[in-house]
Parts: sequence; structure tokens; C-alpha cells
Amino acid sequence: MIDDQWVGIGYLLSATLFIFGLKRLSHPRTAPRGNQLGAMGMLVAVLTTVLQMELGDGIEGWILIGSGLLLGGLIGWVMAVRVEMTGMPEMVALFNGFGGAASALVALSESWKYIEDDTLEIPTGLELEVMVVAAGLSALVGWMTLTGSLLAMLKLKGGIEIFGKWIRTPTWGPSWLNPVKGLLFISTLVLIYMSIQEPTETDYLFAIIGISCILGILLVLPIGGADMPVVVSLLNSLSGIAAAFTGFIISNSVLIVAGSLVGASGLILTFIMCKAMNRELIDVLFKAFGGSDKEQLTRTKIGSDADEVAMMVDGAQKVIIVPGYGMAVSQCQHQVKEFADLVSEKFDTEVKYAIHPVAGRMPGHMNVLLAEANVPYDQLIEMDEINPEMPEADIALIIGANDTCNPVARTDEGPLAGMPIIDADMARTVVIIKRSLSVGYAGVDNDLFYMDKTMMLFGDGKKMMNELNAAVKEL
Amino acid sequence: MDPTILIGSITLFVMSIFLGFELITKVPATLHTPLMSGANAISGISIVGALLGANVAYEGGDTVVSGILAFVALVLAMINVVGGFAVTNRMLNMIAGKKRGGQ
Repeated sequence: MIDDQWVGIGYLLSATLFIFGLKRLSHPRTAPRGNQLGAMGMLVAVLTTVLQMELGDGIEGWILIGSGLLLGGLIGWVMAVRVEMTGMPEMVALFNGFGGAASALVALSESWKYIEDDTLEIPTGLELEVMVVAAGLSALVGWMTLTGSLLAMLKLKGGIEIFGKWIRTPTWGPSWLNPVKGLLFISTLVLIYMSIQEPTETDYLFAIIGISCILGILLVLPIGGADMPVVVSLLNSLSGIAAAFTGFIISNSVLIVAGSLVGASGLILTFIMCKAMNRELIDVLFKAFGGSDKEQLTRTKIGSDADEVAMMVDGAQKVIIVPGYGMAVSQCQHQVKEFADLVSEKFDTEVKYAIHPVAGRMPGHMNVLLAEANVPYDQLIEMDEINPEMPEADIALIIGANDTCNPVARTDEGPLAGMPIIDADMARTVVIIKRSLSVGYAGVDNDLFYMDKTMMLFGDGKKMMNELNAAVKEL
Repeated sequence: MDPTILIGSITLFVMSIFLGFELITKVPATLHTPLMSGANAISGISIVGALLGANVAYEGGDTVVSGILAFVALVLAMINVVGGFAVTNRMLNMIAGKKRGGQ
């Protein structure tokens, strides 16, 4: 309906909005605006596309497109609005998988046209080569993103409930798996090459899809839950690349630009996240965790009670709260805030929060939760700044954190070796609220639990914080 | 296909990759997740391809399966786009909104 040059200008505007959107998303002050710019770019792209299309002579064209947009939009909106803050990381992984699948499906739809409709003339020469190679690569990356993201989502959840039975997501990856992955990757490339000779051979097509799905699972399977944020970020980068390849098939500039922008900036973000965790991307992806994941618990520790801890707090001048995934699970951020207010009013105690960059299941997870409870931003201190203050702290109150303050990370043994941690063990007294002595995500025992100066409050975060608050009020 | 179109596409691809590498240099840890989520919503741009595919299939008449595939792609891409931007917005409101109120 509109001329080609207007389509080009529309896509240019859309790509420009994406660029500014991404740029602004990386600064705290401009981030909300950046997100809006991105959404506007997407709106411009969709409108331009719909206006350009000849929507047929009947209303059915509009109904088909409109219902697809409405259905997807509604599902996406409901999912985004209803998800709990704790479920946010899983949601991002799931959306990401959908994006990858969408790119791969568009590629498949383009190829399938020539298979099911004999009257369509199969392109030849360069056009055929470009189409088959781009469709193959889009399929490889897109299906890989789908299965990888779904598995990453399950790993973030920790498991899945099937018929009322809780099945823990496995982590498995012997070192011989890496060459297998390499072989599968190469065989996909060979299959793509063979498809150029016989573009309508559906066996090749299905084989590419199947192998790509398996590759996605094999890529994520050996990676532990603690590294999952990095993996989701990498998969996000891949879904961008899949969109760019799809852009080659249909010669669409905005797909190529937006896809490769996300692909490249997503990769940079992945490296930034790796650096925050002091890990190398190659190690995360291809180095399997050593040792058994079921460490025997032979040591015991006697639990304390809330009254005992409240008395300790009474004498404290400085309390540093170290939140972890346990706080997210029990949703006790409001009780934590209440505790902080209580002790600072009643005992004039200074309270600060120590935020580990990867506490919880996603970077920034703790900031989001504590912000929801109206904790002042200037009390949230990042790891590198709070660690020098730890020795002056009378109490380090750890709420459901484990691996992020495990002193074993300072040694060079085990999967946690070298990871930066919160130096909670340097505080004069350590109080830990945790349901049991069980190991954390990395599957390593934590010496911190067994130290003489450590008091364990065994129980759910919310319940224990309520008891603690009640005990403080009574004093 | 005219080779110049392909070269043009490849140029666009390579330049955008370079731009993407330069675009993001330093990100505070708080923004890692929202940035990832926002970028993820942008990668739902394949919605454009799905729209075109779903429509062409309708017009062709004889390509039902392709049409269905493109329609499924359209729904998935739309979930990715709308859900992605909405979730990012929610996260950013919690981080940045409260921060402004606290100052």
C-alpha cells in the first residue's frame, strides 16, 4: 500500500530507535526511556510492515494477522504482568526461547513454501545459495536457542513437577561431550551444504532441526545453575543472530540490523557478566564441574533461636545484611526492611545491605526485590565496596545466601574457586537464616555454617524474620 | 539475485555487528538483567518476517503449512516482543523509580 522508499525509511527509523534504546538501557538514569524507545522502534517496524503488505481482497487477511498479533500480545502481556519478581529470570529465558523459535519458524515457513507448492519456481544460483544457507543457519541458531532457553528456564527453577513428583533438573556433562557437540555442529553445516544440492529434500530439513534442538540441550546441560544468567545472556545474543539470518532469507534490512545489534551487544553483555563473576566464558560453557554433585553432609551445627539473635543485635553498632536467593523465594524483603528500621530506631544501629553481583538467580535480582520493599538505594552497597567494611561489622545477617559467601571460593579448589564473594566470615558474628545445612547451587559445603561465631536460624526466611522482628520488639 | 543486494545485506550485517560491540561498554550490575531483557525484546524483530510470511501464505492459497508456520511464528514473536518490553519496564520501574523517590 505504501511505496518501497517509505518502507525503507520506516525501517531506518525503527533501527535508529533500537540503537538509542539499547544505548540508554545501559545507564541507570536513562534505562526506562531506553526501553520505551526500543518498544517504539518495534511499533514502527510492525506498522511499516503491515502498511506495506497487500492484505488481500478479503477481511480474512486482516483477521489472520490481527488475531495473531492480538493473541501473542495478550499472552505476552498477561505473562509479564502476572509473573512474580522471583520468577523474572525464568520469564526472560522463556521469552528468549520464543524469539529464537519465531526466527527459525519464519525460516522454515519460507523454505516450506517451495516444498508444498510445485508451481512456485525454485530460485537458482546465488539466490538459492543465500536462501538455503541463511535458512539453515537460522534454523541451527533458532532451534538451539529454543531448547537451550527452555532447559535454562528449568534449571533456574531448579526442577520440574511432573504428576506431583518433583524432578530436579540434572547437570551432566562428561568431558567427551564437547567433541560430540563439535561433531553435531559440523554435521549441521554439512547438511546445509547438501540442502543446496537438493533444496526440496525434507529429510535434510528435519535432520537440521533435530540436531539443532539436541545441540541446544547439550550446550546447557553441563552448566550449573549458578552460571545460568551468563547462559541466558548468551542465548539472547544467539536469538538476535537467528533474527539476522532470517533477515537474509527475506532480504529485510530491519531484521538484519536489529538482529545483529542484539547479537553483538548481547555478546558484550555476556562478557561483562562473566567478568562480574570472575569467570571465563569458555570455562562456563565447556568446562564441566568436577567432583560429585551430592556432597555428603557429615558435620552438624546446633541452631540458635530468634531471642538469642535479638540480644546480639541489641549490642551491635553495625549490621550488614547479606540477602540471597532464600530471601527471593520466601518473599521476605518487607520483613527485612522492617528489621532494618526496627534496629536502627531502637538501638541506633547502622544497617547496610551487601549486594553480591550474582546473588539470587540473576544479576540485579536483590536490588529489584529490596527496591520493592522501599529500601533506600544508598543502603545497597555493591560487593567490592562493602567487603572492606566487613571486619568492622558486629553482625553479618545472611538471609538465604550460600555460595556467594562461601569462603572456599578463596581457595583454588572446587567449582567455586576464584569466584568473588561477600566476606561475611570477617564480621564479628555471623547470623545465617537458612532452611537447612544443605549445599547451595554449586553443590559445595560451606565452612561458614560451622564456624564458632556463626549462629544458624533454621527455617523459612519470612518466618524467621517475623520471629526475629517480634523478638527485637520485645527487648 | 543481484549480487549487489547480497553485498549490501552483508555490509549492513557486519556494520551492525561492529555497532553492537561498541554500543555497550560499561553496565552496572543492577542493569544486567533489564538490559538483557530489553535486548531480548528487540530480537523479537523476526515478527516482521512472520507478518510477511503469514500474509504471503494467505495470498498464495496453496501454501497452507507455510502459513500455519508463519502464524505460529507471529504469535511467538509477539509474546516475545510485548512480554519482553513489559517485563523490562516492570523491572526498571522497581529499580529506577524507587531510586528517584529516595533522593
